[in-house]
Amino acid sequence: MAKRRILLCAGSGCVSSGAWKVKEELLRKLDERGLTEKFEVVASGCHGFCEQGPLLIIYPKETLYCRVEPDDVSEIVEEHLIGDRVVERLFYKDPETGERIADHAKINFYAKQERIVLKNCGVIDPESIAEYVDRGGYDGLRKAVSMDRVAVIEAVKQSGLRGRGGAGFPTGLKWDFTYKADSEKKYIVCNADEGDPGAFMDRSVLEGDPHAVLEGMLVAGYAVGADEGYIYVRAEYPLAVKRLRIAIEQAEEQGYLGSDIFDSGFSFHVSVKEGAGAFVCGEETALLASIMGKRGMPSPRPPFPATSGLWGKPTCLNNVETFANVPFILREGWEKYAAIGTEGSKGTKIFALTGKVNNTGLVEVPMGNTIRKVVYEIGGGVKDDREFKAVQIGGPSGGCIPNSLIDTPIDYDSLVEAGAMMGSGGMVVVDDETCMVDLARYFLEFVQSESCGKCPPCRVGTRKMLECLKRICDGEGEADDIDWLINVGESIKSYSLCGLGQTAPNPALTTIRYFRDEYEAHIKDRTCPAGACQALIDYVIVAEKCKGCGLCIKACPVEAISGEKKTVHTIDYDLCIKCGACMEVCKLDAVIRGKPAAQKEEAA
Amino acid sequence: MADAIKLNIDGTDVETQPGTTIIDVATEAGIEIPKLCQHRLLSANGTCRMCLVEVEGARTLLTACTTPVQPGMKVSTRSEQVLRARRSVLEFLLAEHSLDCLVCERSGDCRLQDYAYEYGADGRQIAGKHYERGVEEPGEVEADNPFFVRDMSKCILCGRCVRMCAEVMGYGAVDFASRGAETKVATSFEMPLTESSCVFCGNCVTACPTGALQPKQGARQGRAYEYEKVRTICPYCGVGCSINLHVRDGRIIGSSAVEGPANRGLVCVKGHFGHGWIQDEDRLTRPLVRKDDGELHPTSWDEALDLVAERLRTIKSKHGSDAIGGLASAKCTNEENYLFQRFMRSCVATNNVDHCARLCHASTVAGLATVFGSGAMTNSNWEFESSDVLFITGSNTTETHPVIGAVVERGRRAGAKLIVADPRVTDMAYRADLHLQHHPGSDIALLNAMAHVILAEGLEDKEFIENRTEGFAEVKEKVAEYSPERAAELTGVPAADIIEAARMFARERRGAVLYSMGITQHSKGVDNVKAIANLAMLTGNIGRFATGVNPLRGQNNVQGACDMGCIPSHLPGYQLVSKKELRSKFERAWGSPLRADPGLTMIEMINEAADGGLRALYIMGENPMLADPDITHVKEGLENLDFLVVQDVFLTETAQLADVVLPAASFAEKSGTFTNTERRVQLVRPAVSSPGEAKADWRILCDLAARFGQSWGYEESAEIMSDLSALTPSYGGISYDRLDPVGLQWPCPDADHPGTPILHTETFARGKGLFSPVDHRPPAEVPNGEFPIVLTTGRMLYHFHTGSMTRRAPSLHAHVPTGYVEVNEQDAGHLGIEHGQPVKVISRRGGVVTQAVVTPNIKQGVVFMPFHFAEAAANVLTNTALDPVAKIPELKVCAVRLEPQPWEGARGCCCETSGESDAFEATNEGSD
Repeated sequence: MAKRRILLCAGSGCVSSGAWKVKEELLRKLDERGLTEKFEVVASGCHGFCEQGPLLIIYPKETLYCRVEPDDVSEIVEEHLIGDRVVERLFYKDPETGERIADHAKINFYAKQERIVLKNCGVIDPESIAEYVDRGGYDGLRKAVSMDRVAVIEAVKQSGLRGRGGAGFPTGLKWDFTYKADSEKKYIVCNADEGDPGAFMDRSVLEGDPHAVLEGMLVAGYAVGADEGYIYVRAEYPLAVKRLRIAIEQAEEQGYLGSDIFDSGFSFHVSVKEGAGAFVCGEETALLASIMGKRGMPSPRPPFPATSGLWGKPTCLNNVETFANVPFILREGWEKYAAIGTEGSKGTKIFALTGKVNNTGLVEVPMGNTIRKVVYEIGGGVKDDREFKAVQIGGPSGGCIPNSLIDTPIDYDSLVEAGAMMGSGGMVVVDDETCMVDLARYFLEFVQSESCGKCPPCRVGTRKMLECLKRICDGEGEADDIDWLINVGESIKSYSLCGLGQTAPNPALTTIRYFRDEYEAHIKDRTCPAGACQALIDYVIVAEKCKGCGLCIKACPVEAISGEKKTVHTIDYDLCIKCGACMEVCKLDAVIRGKPAAQKEEAA
Repeated sequence: MADAIKLNIDGTDVETQPGTTIIDVATEAGIEIPKLCQHRLLSANGTCRMCLVEVEGARTLLTACTTPVQPGMKVSTRSEQVLRARRSVLEFLLAEHSLDCLVCERSGDCRLQDYAYEYGADGRQIAGKHYERGVEEPGEVEADNPFFVRDMSKCILCGRCVRMCAEVMGYGAVDFASRGAETKVATSFEMPLTESSCVFCGNCVTACPTGALQPKQGARQGRAYEYEKVRTICPYCGVGCSINLHVRDGRIIGSSAVEGPANRGLVCVKGHFGHGWIQDEDRLTRPLVRKDDGELHPTSWDEALDLVAERLRTIKSKHGSDAIGGLASAKCTNEENYLFQRFMRSCVATNNVDHCARLCHASTVAGLATVFGSGAMTNSNWEFESSDVLFITGSNTTETHPVIGAVVERGRRAGAKLIVADPRVTDMAYRADLHLQHHPGSDIALLNAMAHVILAEGLEDKEFIENRTEGFAEVKEKVAEYSPERAAELTGVPAADIIEAARMFARERRGAVLYSMGITQHSKGVDNVKAIANLAMLTGNIGRFATGVNPLRGQNNVQGACDMGCIPSHLPGYQLVSKKELRSKFERAWGSPLRADPGLTMIEMINEAADGGLRALYIMGENPMLADPDITHVKEGLENLDFLVVQDVFLTETAQLADVVLPAASFAEKSGTFTNTERRVQLVRPAVSSPGEAKADWRILCDLAARFGQSWGYEESAEIMSDLSALTPSYGGISYDRLDPVGLQWPCPDADHPGTPILHTETFARGKGLFSPVDHRPPAEVPNGEFPIVLTTGRMLYHFHTGSMTRRAPSLHAHVPTGYVEVNEQDAGHLGIEHGQPVKVISRRGGVVTQAVVTPNIKQGVVFMPFHFAEAAANVLTNTALDPVAKIPELKVCAVRLEPQPWEGARGCCCETSGESDAFEATNEGSD
């Protein structure tokens, strides 16, 4: 009799929440109860629902247990595995209804997704090529090598697949350019230098289904006539690197990689190159420079990598998610793929949904879904029922899309029209407590420190924009700062060398575009409407509500609050460090954020 | 050639070749596009964004420096959008640039300043009122080397210095470090340059478009618009680099590289920073005569010259004219060398005239004249960047001919294979695809074995051998004796490496051999040269672009001094004194009878002096007391003379022995021509007047000739050229009015001839190339129990020849203040010698104490000493054994032993304790 399967999520999220300890305890407990012959524990890739990890799924009913701790294991074994009684307290609790749901397929977070790329993630053991093959793995490659190269490229063109790295360049066209470049030697490069803050879909694919990426690269290699591939992956992704290496080894053993694959005469070898964590190395020319042992600095195009890439040879460079889409297109046919999505944007896209949203994690949805659907149906709405203000899409290169545009369909062109971009698929939900100036400041802080320093607009411009945004957040903004930011931002976009600089001002420019009033409030009124910019707020004790309980006096770390028992307490603003401890402890909501005291006095 | 591409720039239709970039085609069309990072020698990388142009249909503005032209392209270089972009980019740059133009050395010579002015940008648009002007950490200026300062507050990160160092010089001493606004140009681990692989060529300084890199020389003495730039030729090695001397108020305040045909704007550390000696207080300013008290006393020109004439006449009448000899100078101009040999031949009436080529390329002149019919470099400096394989043997090119080293590096980076044969791991050897570390003196075995492999494997150029050469059968038979296995025993190089070298050299289309003293300074120097010629002819690598046999000449005008007949057997233009019709041509022109029998060579003159056969010696600008082998013997010879005249710019070790010392003008104080290693005759121009009463050598010679009753009547050096070109066929078409700015390469037989970059293209000068069988034989002196180690000598980067110039160039001397001996680290271990320890080096001829540089970069059993340092003179030790044909001494091999000496004072190498670091180590250890 086949063993019953217990699936433990071993994506980086769950591992850092303690998945290995749960596994250890589970194995110990199964052994203790003599159940090792009956059950097998499989460490899978990421399930995407990282917020609820560590996750455990028990077959055959696929019962999902969330936030499992080692102490819960005994109960699960005794009750569920032996007693056949589910442990309801570990079920997922729907944030809307409060209902406990046992079957993960019925949870909105999963139910509303359409998983093509993430099909295997969280389902198979990523360290077992057999499990990949069992689920149709390498069928796409087998089919590809039986086809004419041009036909493979044509299929990818027809599928409408566009680059998932951000810019959305048609993948088939890129392959075609590389195919047409005249050279004996060509390369395939997989860009796994995922660097956007908050984005981790590439990591999850590499960790959860590495063979899908290899298969995509193999198909590309066959199509363009390359016999060598590199995967450029961040060294900060050790688990991804480990699983990739295992996958490559297994694929070589099984003859999916190497010489004369499927007796087709096609040979292909893959190496993993670990990057040192520079964001700019996600830019293709910088990435190639880094593989060649040079400093990761972008170069102007032309020449494009398709004609002159690695060591001057034609090189086809695609992102992890792009390659992971390819097996489906070959296996199931481009028609099936092209049926998903919109006119200009086919297939699905994975988003890293984070921020002020109930269900954070990885979500894969068909192109063209609205922001509303992702945030409310899959994401379960804004946390603490606060007001939805905007989503920041596309990471540091992207932009903010406000509440008024919540029904914008998520596809390449609509996002660009709205001033954002698909980017790698970061999606940060922002509520009314988030200051948009501060958000722009955060992203500028990121891009200016990640600028490679090569061209002056990006190197100098982003730093100067950051300085300006900091001044505004500090309440030192000046009337012409907004126009200055727009001018400088446009100059950086227009004159920078690479995609980093050409998009770096976007977070500032889109927040100005949609939330100019917030900037003006900072500058003219010296207030932060979201109450987030410390320099522009003070904690104020509302005399009408304060009963003089003394809790805030005890909580204050700098003894800035004074007052007799049962009299209204007062804050000494010379001492106050604005930590907010007083507001947190006050049970009467008598401490609120308000305008700086000094201003109020002035006004008075 | 591919079809031309037609495009439109600013409304003008232009045509160009595919692959051209927009900036190049615009420049051709006379349209200037501003640029800060682009440089003609460097890869284009679109960094500075100043050259953005508008191309119809393009999504963004494009960098003109990187964008190749396309048919039908419409480019606007001055549209509203483009001008806005330029101004904006400048604003970004200036927002973080230290705007201290008021005190900046480069003010007036700063491209950033020029553009700021042109576009009205000052950084305020970006920096605005929040710009904190001029606030810089004091530590940001690096000034602890003697050559230049790095002021990062003025750096715009264009990366020219980075690329210059890596792509052109091959050192990679600096690169970008850090990210974002913190990005800077730095050495590894941000160590000072003195501790990096920097060789201080200063080509980065030349390339820097702002004041971030500034030479120390000339600081606070005047800016570009305040001094005059006098274009002339560098007086050091034979590359023939064009330099500018910066002159203000009659003084040289600095020097810089300038675009010239031989150097294309590059120089080395000596050419860039090594001219301080010109105005050194040691310069000779008055003639000196040795009086009865045995001391040299200043005197008048008349008294000195009268005395010289009188003594020479007396000795001539008493002992015959052959009792007098003359040494001409590879540092003097062609015109002066021409007059010197004319003086010796027509006034003194002897062929005893020679010069220091005897010590360097006599083997080349003799060897190549025999096999090709002409003893000079066959090809030109910059062809090597286009070669497919470069075989360098016996040349430490990056140190002795640094700019040619850079050309080789460019060739290597463009894909040329590099084979280096050298007992030392020089920079070149370190960079090589294949390093053959052979025993000193085993070159013929190595070269014959390569020829053996080529023939055995059928890699020879049969057509070339058949049509262009003779004597092949004999060489084929001879090299058959040199199997790689046998050669491995003789050379110490593994047979497999010899085979690989042979294949590597023979299989490529364009193969060039470059060599220098490591080949020639042997008792079998001529045979070494012939073995090289055999290899080149065997592979058909003669007479074509980027190939050839290329002896690299070591002095600025050593080629010219040979050309001018300062050799005992030949009149100017290698015309044999023994041939009557040639001789009589000169007799008619000079109006005096000439001797038919060849005179004495340099070493023979010294020997004759010691033996009493030679009674007087007239030395112009040479210093045999340091340059010649076995200095003790040289001193004996010179002291034994009845009369010694030395004409020089300093009171050299040789001049100190003279009876009369004549103060000469330096190269910076006179007109004339130098002929560089690629046979290019170039103009030398006066920048300042000579100190005191010092005079140009040619004027002194005229004055002296007058005292022998010959009135030559020259007022200008150009007149000498017109006389000598009439008598010298290879210089027949050369006149001053044709030499500006790129000179002419001889042979240039008539006034319409464009010069000859490549020799032997159709036929060899002698008709057919002559294959010459040569055999390995051991050096004259081989190690034994008493002298178990081989000493090899040579130059190092920071000094030149006998140091009379470089050791008076303050920056060079400060950087490397004294000599040393390189000892293999294992040998040092056995001998108990530590790095920096004083050690006595002893040969059969004498001993000197110097300090040890312990290194893995030299073969076991071999030590190396530079010969520049009087206090540790390598030539006290060297052997005078001569090549039987060329009479060149075997300076490259002698047997020595080492005796460690007690430490004096603090331990450590002088180069480390001086605070100027171990610069020579950096250069010897190769780039990393």
